[in-house]
Amino acid sequence: MNWLKQLFSRRRLFGDLSDEIGQHLEEKIEELVATGMSRKEATAAARREFGNLSLLEEDSREVWRWMSIENVFADVRYGLRMLGRNPVFTVVGLLTIAIGIGANAAVFSVVNSVLLKPLNYPKAEELVSLHQTAPGAAGLADFENGLLLSPSMYFTYAEQNRTFQSLGVWVPDSASVTGLAEPEQVRLAAVSDGVLQTLDVAPAAGRWLSQMDQVPRGPERVMLSYGYWQRQFGQDRNVIGRNLTIDSRPREIVGVMPQGFRFVDTDFDVIVPLAFDRGKLILAGFGYHGIARLKPGATIAEANADITRMLPIWMDSWSNGRGSNPHIYETWKITPMIRPLKQEVIGNVSEVLWVVMGTIGLVMLIACANVTNLLLVRVESRQQELAVRAALGAGRQRIISGLLVESVMLGLFGGIVGLGLAYAGVRFLAAIGPANLPRLSEISIDARTLGFAFLISVLSGLLFGLVPALKYAGPRASLELRSAGRTISVSREQHRARNLLVVGQVAMALVLLVSAGLMIRTFEALRAVDPGFTDARHLQVVRISIPGSLIAEAERVTRTQSQILDKLSAIPGVKSAGFGGEMPMEGFDSGWDTIFIEGKIYPKGVLPPLHFYKHVSPGFFAAAGTRLIAGRELTWDEVYGLRSVVMVSENLAREAWGTPANAIGKRLTEDPGLPWREVIGVIQDVREKGVQEKATEIVYWPPMVENLYGRGPAQPIRDVTFVFRSDRAGTQSFLNEVRQAVWSVNSNLPLASVRTMQEVYGKSVARTSFTLVMLGIASAMALALGLIGIYGVISYTVSQRKREIGIRLALGAQSGEVVSMVLRQGAKLALLGVCIGVVAAFALARLMTSLLFGVTAHDPLTFAAVAALLILVALFACYIPARRAMKVDPIVALRYE
Amino acid sequence: MKKSEQRDLFPGALEMMILRTLKRQPLHGYALVQHIKRISDDLLQIEEGSLYPALQRLLKEDLVKAEWGISVTNRRVRIYKLTTAGAKHLEREVSSFEKMLEGITRVLARGES
Repeated sequence: MNWLKQLFSRRRLFGDLSDEIGQHLEEKIEELVATGMSRKEATAAARREFGNLSLLEEDSREVWRWMSIENVFADVRYGLRMLGRNPVFTVVGLLTIAIGIGANAAVFSVVNSVLLKPLNYPKAEELVSLHQTAPGAAGLADFENGLLLSPSMYFTYAEQNRTFQSLGVWVPDSASVTGLAEPEQVRLAAVSDGVLQTLDVAPAAGRWLSQMDQVPRGPERVMLSYGYWQRQFGQDRNVIGRNLTIDSRPREIVGVMPQGFRFVDTDFDVIVPLAFDRGKLILAGFGYHGIARLKPGATIAEANADITRMLPIWMDSWSNGRGSNPHIYETWKITPMIRPLKQEVIGNVSEVLWVVMGTIGLVMLIACANVTNLLLVRVESRQQELAVRAALGAGRQRIISGLLVESVMLGLFGGIVGLGLAYAGVRFLAAIGPANLPRLSEISIDARTLGFAFLISVLSGLLFGLVPALKYAGPRASLELRSAGRTISVSREQHRARNLLVVGQVAMALVLLVSAGLMIRTFEALRAVDPGFTDARHLQVVRISIPGSLIAEAERVTRTQSQILDKLSAIPGVKSAGFGGEMPMEGFDSGWDTIFIEGKIYPKGVLPPLHFYKHVSPGFFAAAGTRLIAGRELTWDEVYGLRSVVMVSENLAREAWGTPANAIGKRLTEDPGLPWREVIGVIQDVREKGVQEKATEIVYWPPMVENLYGRGPAQPIRDVTFVFRSDRAGTQSFLNEVRQAVWSVNSNLPLASVRTMQEVYGKSVARTSFTLVMLGIASAMALALGLIGIYGVISYTVSQRKREIGIRLALGAQSGEVVSMVLRQGAKLALLGVCIGVVAAFALARLMTSLLFGVTAHDPLTFAAVAALLILVALFACYIPARRAMKVDPIVALRYE
Repeated sequence: MKKSEQRDLFPGALEMMILRTLKRQPLHGYALVQHIKRISDDLLQIEEGSLYPALQRLLKEDLVKAEWGISVTNRRVRIYKLTTAGAKHLEREVSSFEKMLEGITRVLARGES
């Protein structure tokens, strides 16, 4: 423990040292006196030889120190004193940094939680989503999930693969739960065997669904989510073994999943087994999401190759019924595109988050530039102090490190305050985040975020401390000692640093403003798009499902729906009502199939294009405000008469028959073996998949259809969205009346997804509005900081040039000339910054192309407007100091000398 | 400036000379400077600026120890003594130094012929 002893005996040690050195000096002086010098001369000579006494002591003491940590401590103490002595500067600098760091830490915590952290499953890096495309299948591009898996594909893949530990398919759905209080619509995940094994999260109570629960027509079982368990059963462990009535059928509860467990990115209430009937499966039925866990060491490329190998096996093992050619799918060119599950979860939000992170980073740079400017000014006023320190023997390095420690401390304090802001910021982000922001519940400030905040605190401290430290700790110190405090004019060099900072700030602010401007233009373009419905605010939608177990008979289902429609229409204030498979942008999976157009020749062995189906009731389009382009809407007589009639979207009509008018009376079918259906109406194009996506081609069926997906009896559509128009849409009293109306028809029907179309629309453009808000905030901060930066520099220059301006005025310069001189200086800086910024923005804007809609990344209008705005703001910032310059009193200015 | 002459010394040379001097007899700082100056016929100027840091290094490594005492000129001074560790260290240093010197000499001699 020698070092410990040293640490404590150090005070004595250092005392000894100075005594000793003092004695040495004395001895030396005496010796010199002995040679005949006067005592005064001898002292001077001895001291000269000794050099800098305190430096010598310091060097000697240094030996006992651990590196230069103690120097840093001393600097920290000194820095604290300096920061405390100048509270205004400290507070302004601190706040600037705190806001910058707070914003950065908040955004980083989102980026970290959403993009960087592994998913919440054990060994999540092994998890993949079995994504596939089929470039040969015309029309498939309309489906955002690519080609999903069919049950037969699942069996082939699960049994024949060589690269997966486990594999399964699942599909999100909804169902009604009755028997517990009010009937309730729940979110349901239907899973095959292998899904829970793949995700590998142990149940919180009971057991997983297993292979024995996957028997068709076997005992029906169900698992609960933690949230549902808590909500409905108060976390009662005895719930295992009890029955839950789902879609009017009792299911035995076998287990509860733990808190925080989600399916990929879907929240759910209950999990039920899919229980495929193997004997009845065909090739088709591509409606299931596949997930799998790779064997350790297996790569995605190997897994893709494995699937490619199994596709022919699949086609050989199953068929689409007698007489069909199983190898017809070869023309689809089905291609596996397995991707990490994480990528599936994150989806397209990663671009948004990185762009936001980048812009917030730029704001931080601008903030740093401002603080650098502050520090430059302050260091200038401290020149005398620095010069004194240098004269007393402080080395250049010591002074630099002292200044750096001070600025790093400023950064760190800013970081601490900033973290407080970040906590608030994260809440704010989560609140305004896109409604579909994945992993929202996982967002938190964790160790990595803290580390990040610490890192940028230190880095920004170094960044804004370095410029002044290098500039003023130099050898000119001795010169400053003499001249500080007198009104020498500031050297060109000092101006240059400050001017450069301002130019940089303007350039960065321009980049941010351009990005925000592009988002505004995008938003405008989105709003200009006709989504296919009108006055969304007054359009109420409600989803109601009628399970087969509640009402089995087809026509009774449709009649019940029609009755509900009548009751809804009878509510005071309801102007029109209808129902359909879904409203645009609701995001429920619609049906789809191949469509043959009568009279069109299809090459043998090639399937015709795939098209969306949507079932709609009479009055649906009128209620939604979707225009009829040609022909007429469906009638109830046609529905109940099971007449083979359809309506089509305008783009489909144009593609198949040239004009909408031409389409009326023409016929189409899903299968040449089935009866043709006659086109009776052409409907305006609808942005089914969102405003940014091009309108899909849609075939509209009646709500009850014969021979759907192959020959068969009449089938109703059981899951529908009711849509009705009223000025009271969305109000609580109105919704109560809606509930009563529905329950007056059948009290077992839960109402789900109750919202206005405005909410649906808002969710659809959430990504854009989130980006807009974030970039808006970032660029507003940039603009404000830039304004302050320019103002600070110009007003500082004016105060430095007071004398010169006074002389000019005394010599007869007009005050207008003085103003324009100052404005010219600011304008020059702003212009230079704008030029650099335009070039940078031109290069960087391309990065956000994928976020834009209806506007190019190089939109000249945005660039011009932003440049003009910035120059105006810069001139405004210069105008205030310019006016002050104008008012300079020549007498006062000259008296300075 | 102040350290220019020591810069020509290789690292450790000053410490070696201090240890060698102290091996003969314990001395205080001023006497050490005088002694080295005298022995080297004024060829080597030891500056206080490097002497004290060097002494502190030796103290820290327990190669020397210091005690307050009275000098011949009747002053209260700190007298440095070699420790056993210091003596061993000196031996090692000297032998390695001699090896190095011999090596250098040989190379220089070869270069001349």
